This record gives sequence, structure tokens and C-alpha cells, in this order.
Amino acid sequence: MDALQLRKQLIEYTAELFSEGFLDEQFTQLQQLQDETNPNFVVEVVSLFFQDSERLLNELAKSLSQQEIDFKKIDAYVHQLKGSSSSVGAHRVQRSCISFRDFCNAKNIEGCLECLQKVKQEYSLIKDKLETFFDLEQRLSATGGSPPLP
Amino acid sequence: MSYASASSSSGDRTSDHRDLPHVLAVDDNHVDRKIIETLLLNSSCKVTTAENGMRALEYLGLRDGQPNSATLASKVNLIITDYCMPGMTGYELLKKIKGSSFLKEVPVVIVSSENVPTRINKCLEEGAKMFMLKPLKQSDVKKIRCHLLNCRS
Repeated sequence: MDALQLRKQLIEYTAELFSEGFLDEQFTQLQQLQDETNPNFVVEVVSLFFQDSERLLNELAKSLSQQEIDFKKIDAYVHQLKGSSSSVGAHRVQRSCISFRDFCNAKNIEGCLECLQKVKQEYSLIKDKLETFFDLEQRLSATGGSPPLP
Repeated sequence: MSYASASSSSGDRTSDHRDLPHVLAVDDNHVDRKIIETLLLNSSCKVTTAENGMRALEYLGLRDGQPNSATLASKVNLIITDYCMPGMTGYELLKKIKGSSFLKEVPVVIVSSENVPTRINKCLEEGAKMFMLKPLKQSDVKKIRCHLLNCRS
């Protein structure tokens, strides 16, 4: 695939991610912070987000499997996840965290377990999509094609 | 990966780092620390980050309320802190800073992902110069830079 085609594909893919609500404005903000002095900024931040999220999802699964459920602790983890997803523009992950916190406040275990599944699903989706996005970017850059402006 | 202590960076944006305002950014969230650091570097600031209130106080030389005379003469021009942090909240950190004769003049900005009017009011009453909502954008940092530090084009 040549640079022009790749570029078109990247633009279309990006537009889809936004129109389907996977990403929001905040992701664009991050892209705008990337420049020659900081050329890998978006990948670096998103990698941190992946690491953080995976850790938090593990902690959440552990906490929800305890005999005595510590809802405060769970709420704190979800708050963290909501924060990072909001900061990178991972809109659907952020949204799923909001419902999660509501169930925490209500001390509703079933609700929390369902929400955990939902958050995991959304996380898995956005991880996949962002990896595809970065792959397209990389391939475009390898052809010497100019990246689309965010 | 976690910050064992405060970490500083200046970037290569200007040649004379001594002129750049020095900002201490405090946030327990790793993603947010990276973003605020870049936002500040992009606004021509020298940045030090800390992962919690204790580390921030240590860096400021205000551990256990006793100023470390070797680190006095406020080495920072502005402190930006997240509100919700485990251990010491941003509000508690603000109180400690304002309660210190050595640090009380340093402007403090509180950031939070939650828009809670009572929270905002109590921070402003305690002496925070600004309260901003996360996630921060470049325009928010420019605003902070202009209002609280030397506004340079």
C-alpha cells in the first residue's frame, strides 16, 4: 500500500474511532502536544495508560473476589481508571467507569461484577483499536508519508 | 514503574533554564503526571513531578513541618496539585503549604476530575489561586502561566 492510500486509511480509521465514541477531544489534545522535540508522546502516554489499566483491572478482579468486599478500595481503583481513561480520551472506558462507581456507592456486588466485565470489554476494544491506529501511523511514517494533522 | 522521588525535567526549548518558571506538579496518577509535565514543558516551564503530598513536601524542604534550611528560598514558582490523592489530599497539601511561612507565597493551583462546588470553595478559601477541571488542556496551562507566572509570548 502506498503512502497516499495509507494516509487515507489512517484518516478514515481515526474518524471512525471518534464517530463511534471510542476516542474524544482529549486524544486530539495529546496529538497536538506531540512534536519534533517530543515525537513519541502519544505512544508513551497510551502505553502508560495500558500498563495502569491492566494493573487496575487485576486489582479490581481480586478485590471483587474477596469474602469481605472493600467498596471504598474498589471505588478508589475505578476512580483512578476513570481518571486515566479520561486523560487519554478513551471515552467509552471512562463512561463505563462512571456506572461502576454508582454501583460501588450502592454497594451492589452484582452490579459491580457486571460493570467490571463491561470495563474490561471496553478496555480490550480500545487497546485493540489504538494498537491498529499506531500500526497504521508507523507504516505511513515508514513510507515517508506525511502524517495527517490532528 | 513508579517515581521513587520527585523528578525534574526542562526540555530543550530555551537555552537559559534559569529564567524558566519552575513548577512542581503533584499527582498520584502516572498518566496524568506525564501529561501535565508535557503541558508545562510546552509552556516553557521547568517541571518537577511528585507522586504524592509527602514527596512534594520533602522536595519543598518542608518535611515534618520543619523547613530544611538548605532547600529554602522557595525553589518553585508554582505548585499544581491533584485534589484526590491517597494519604494526603491536595487540600491537605495546600493547607501545609499555606501554613508555612517559607512557602505560603507560592501560588497553588488545585486540579480535580470532579466539579464539586463545596470542594472548589474550600480550596479557594484556603488560599488556592485557581481550581481547574481535569483533564487539563494546553489552553488551561497557558491561562495558569499568564495569570500566575511571568506571561511570555
